[in-house]
Amino acid sequence: MIGSRNYWPIAAAVIAALSAIVVLPAIYDEYSLLQLTIYAILSVLALSLAFIWGYGGILSFGHAVFFGLGAYSYAIGAINFGETTIALLLSMVIPGLFAAALGYFLFYGRISDVYLGAITLTVTLIFFNLASSTSGPEYRVGRVPLGGFNGIPSIPQLNVPGFPDWTLSTTELFALSVATLALVYIGLRLLINSDFGRIVVAIKENEVRAELLGYDARKYKLVTFVIGGAIAGLAGCLFANWGGFTSPAVFALGQSVQIIIWVVVGGVGTLAGPVIGCVLIQWLTNSLASLNTVNNNLIMGGILVVVVLMLPQGLVPTIARLARGRRPVQRLDAATKGLGGASTKSEARA
Amino acid sequence: MSMNRRDFLKTAVISSAAIALSPGVVGNALAATDILVGSIHDLSGGLDAYGKPMQDAMVLAAEEINAAGGLLGRPLKIVTKDPQSSMQQYAQLAQELALRDKVAVLHGGITSASREVIRPIMRKTNTLYFYNTQYEGGVCDRNTFCTGQTPAQNLATAVPDIMGRWGKKIYIVAADYNYGQIVSQWVKKYALENGGNILSIDYFPLDVTEFGPTVQKIQAANPDFVFSALVGGAHLSFYRQWAAAGLKGKIPMASSTFSHGQEHVVLNASESDGILVSGNYFPSIDNPANKAFTGAWAKRFGADYPYITELAAATYQGMHLWAKGVSKAGTLDRTQVLEALESGISFDGPTGRVSIDPATHHCTMDIRLGEVKDKKWSVCETWPQRAPLDTSSVCDLIKSPNENQQFVIKI
Amino acid sequence: MDYLIAVGLEVVSGIASLVLISIGLAVVFGMMKVINLAHGEFLMMGGYATITAANAGVNIWVSILLIAPLVVGLIGLIVERFVIRRLYGRVIDTMLATWGLSLLFIGLATTVFGNTTAGISSPLGPVNIGHVGVSAYKFFIVAVALAVIVALYSLFKLSRFGLVARATMQNAAMSSALGVEPPRVYAATFAIGSALAGLAGGVLAPITGVVPSLGAAFVAKAFITVIGGGSTVLVGTLSASGIFATVNQLASFATTPVIGEVALLGSAIILLRLLPHGITGRFFKGRI
Repeated sequence: MIGSRNYWPIAAAVIAALSAIVVLPAIYDEYSLLQLTIYAILSVLALSLAFIWGYGGILSFGHAVFFGLGAYSYAIGAINFGETTIALLLSMVIPGLFAAALGYFLFYGRISDVYLGAITLTVTLIFFNLASSTSGPEYRVGRVPLGGFNGIPSIPQLNVPGFPDWTLSTTELFALSVATLALVYIGLRLLINSDFGRIVVAIKENEVRAELLGYDARKYKLVTFVIGGAIAGLAGCLFANWGGFTSPAVFALGQSVQIIIWVVVGGVGTLAGPVIGCVLIQWLTNSLASLNTVNNNLIMGGILVVVVLMLPQGLVPTIARLARGRRPVQRLDAATKGLGGASTKSEARA
Repeated sequence: MSMNRRDFLKTAVISSAAIALSPGVVGNALAATDILVGSIHDLSGGLDAYGKPMQDAMVLAAEEINAAGGLLGRPLKIVTKDPQSSMQQYAQLAQELALRDKVAVLHGGITSASREVIRPIMRKTNTLYFYNTQYEGGVCDRNTFCTGQTPAQNLATAVPDIMGRWGKKIYIVAADYNYGQIVSQWVKKYALENGGNILSIDYFPLDVTEFGPTVQKIQAANPDFVFSALVGGAHLSFYRQWAAAGLKGKIPMASSTFSHGQEHVVLNASESDGILVSGNYFPSIDNPANKAFTGAWAKRFGADYPYITELAAATYQGMHLWAKGVSKAGTLDRTQVLEALESGISFDGPTGRVSIDPATHHCTMDIRLGEVKDKKWSVCETWPQRAPLDTSSVCDLIKSPNENQQFVIKI
Repeated sequence: MDYLIAVGLEVVSGIASLVLISIGLAVVFGMMKVINLAHGEFLMMGGYATITAANAGVNIWVSILLIAPLVVGLIGLIVERFVIRRLYGRVIDTMLATWGLSLLFIGLATTVFGNTTAGISSPLGPVNIGHVGVSAYKFFIVAVALAVIVALYSLFKLSRFGLVARATMQNAAMSSALGVEPPRVYAATFAIGSALAGLAGGVLAPITGVVPSLGAAFVAKAFITVIGGGSTVLVGTLSASGIFATVNQLASFATTPVIGEVALLGSAIILLRLLPHGITGRFFKGRI
């Protein structure tokens, strides 16, 4: 499994990111750059779930909570401090700390499967409810009113650390987002190939066996969860930069489900797949917005159902298999390990 | 990990190329002589009952202007985008309309949240923006025009009038977001000024459907009337559960939001009869412009169209106000159109005369009190030409044209 | 005193509503380990079936109690045949496909009915407890919830179908070897779950506004209730509904609806932390 050829995707990512940063701003207009920027940002978010679910086996139905915390932390920090470096750090530290607390609660309480999903969903819904009900002037952090349902508008752009007046232009934000995506991808790939990564995957494959070998599954899951949370927070920070706003919708059920959709469409257990899934779905949503003959929910829903039925393994694994001249196989529960295969367990018991 | 990465990298490159190319194809397909007008309203998702009539109003106004020879001799073309009730889509689509389609003006946004997403993008890209929804007031931005009514404008006369009909003890139920909170404070202010008192203000998240405890609380408080600033599909349940508990005939109800989401179409006559709504537009307004408007609407969209909302009327008027500004300026140049619009443009529309107030970029307009009976509205009071008092207390774009924020108005 | 009785009634009817909106999901999850994220839209379609029938002149009680479950049960059969059946054993894929279905049904309802449809009002007037008026319809909701529980208990515990269904749930291969066709059992179970969702939608139709996005308000709550209850259908749903609705209603009375909602969600988290497999993962094991 581990060999030199596993490192060539890293080289590919570096080359792709560098050429994108150099070439694309020269040939594309501002709008296309902004669109590519949001794709890159959401891809970072997709990667964070791809890691904790596809490799760590932890399926969170409330992954958006970290994304939202990142966006809100950055917004509050940036407006309060003026200089954005601390805000940028906060946008990773706060979601990371929250992931640590929540993860401790979950993994040290031995909660798993669909019950873990239910708790994470509930947590994000609590944030959604609380954030939505902060519209009164009495709800403020420092000098930032939280704004309730409307959220926080006019969030300042990131500035180059130490230079409060040098805020990022559209092109610079694009470059930063693409670079972040490449770095996160490379970082996760290295992590997965490390000893730590192999233990994490081993625990996903068989938690009992890993524990019998002396590894504390709870600790490894917790660290995985914290890394995923911090990355999602970073994506939230970039998102707040891209649009200049954040609102409680980042905590909504739909946002969390969307991340899961990206990962499944692209392929669970890969890193490139979720990125492609994210870009495809986002592009599709955006294209539907201009096409107003049939209700958009109808089309989007139909496509999702068909994708799940036709591409049982997700896009990337299916294409990879087809390219090798093999028929795609039905995905068994290996890919749904996040739920620990509730059905396999009950069958195994009987 | 046994898969061929070269192949999916290839796919990734191909698909990203397709993504990058396709919007350009759509953008360039339009004829060069059309004047492009951007329209962003939710046509699917939770707010579509608000967005659909607004979109239809855009289409109707554009077709009327085109039938009369277009603007500056060129036809208007509406570029419609459906943000699917997502703020991220609002941002993306506003960028697309401003930067790629380079629309002459953008009309749209329903919630204040969506407006605050669109507004900075329009300002940054120097694209004129019209927001045609009634909202909490306070927006102060020379690039933006707000054609909907604001609370002080709407409630200063209506609240004392309603208190005169029913009594002084008021219980307020409102949607838990900025609009609901601010409207409640204005109701409170006008009630106290007129010797009334507020028994309680209850706020509800937009997805609440269970109002049992609240119905009981209101009964226990026993107000003279209930003032509702509830919003959206989920909050419809309140009116249903209110009627089911037998309170419909006992405690009367007034509102500043009822009918904008076509609530009275979904509710039955027995559940909605007698509710008073203060606002700017009701389809039964008796003036020639409104007769022509409702006639044209029925002809274009069918006589069985559920309901022409106030937001639709404001959108229609927003389009015409903008068109008058362009005609007066004789060019699409943003600065000159802005100056023309600030020169005191007014339009005799379905809601009566609407005039742009140069200092606030809000509109002076008629305010009415309507009563619903058997799903139809009758106008029982009209207060002509109310100025946007709340916004003008904080915003003066003549003195400080570079202002760019939404003020929180001290109530 | 009258007020206290009214509060008590709100709590009981709150429990009954929560039982009704989650029981369909609970049957499907408990028996088949399928999480149907289109559950809210099944409710919504039940609501539309009811108001369409009632507006067409059908007796309102027939519309609620018969037409809504029949129509949605039928839709459930179709969905099972063409989507769910292809995804058995793939929990996540089923969730995603049903999320797709939920969008599809919202779009479909908007296309067919438009975004506003005239609804029906409560067929029962108010009753007075002392001088406090409450809706008599609340008693009806409690009665329907009780009837559903009794009917499900008899179906699964006393009927032959129930025996076969429970056997298939425990060990599909074994029951298949004994001559049962598991796909049929699954289809029937899913249809029953859907019909129950339809019934809930029908029952709610006169006290909510029936709009295409109706389901969104219910699906998360139903999901949390079902998971909180654990895999035992009846006892789980009943006990989780009992705890969550009581907390929610009392907190709403004492404070605000937001706190009520947050209290419900908070109690769900605490419950799952104490009982990591839901209430019935710890107690009442092996019952229905």
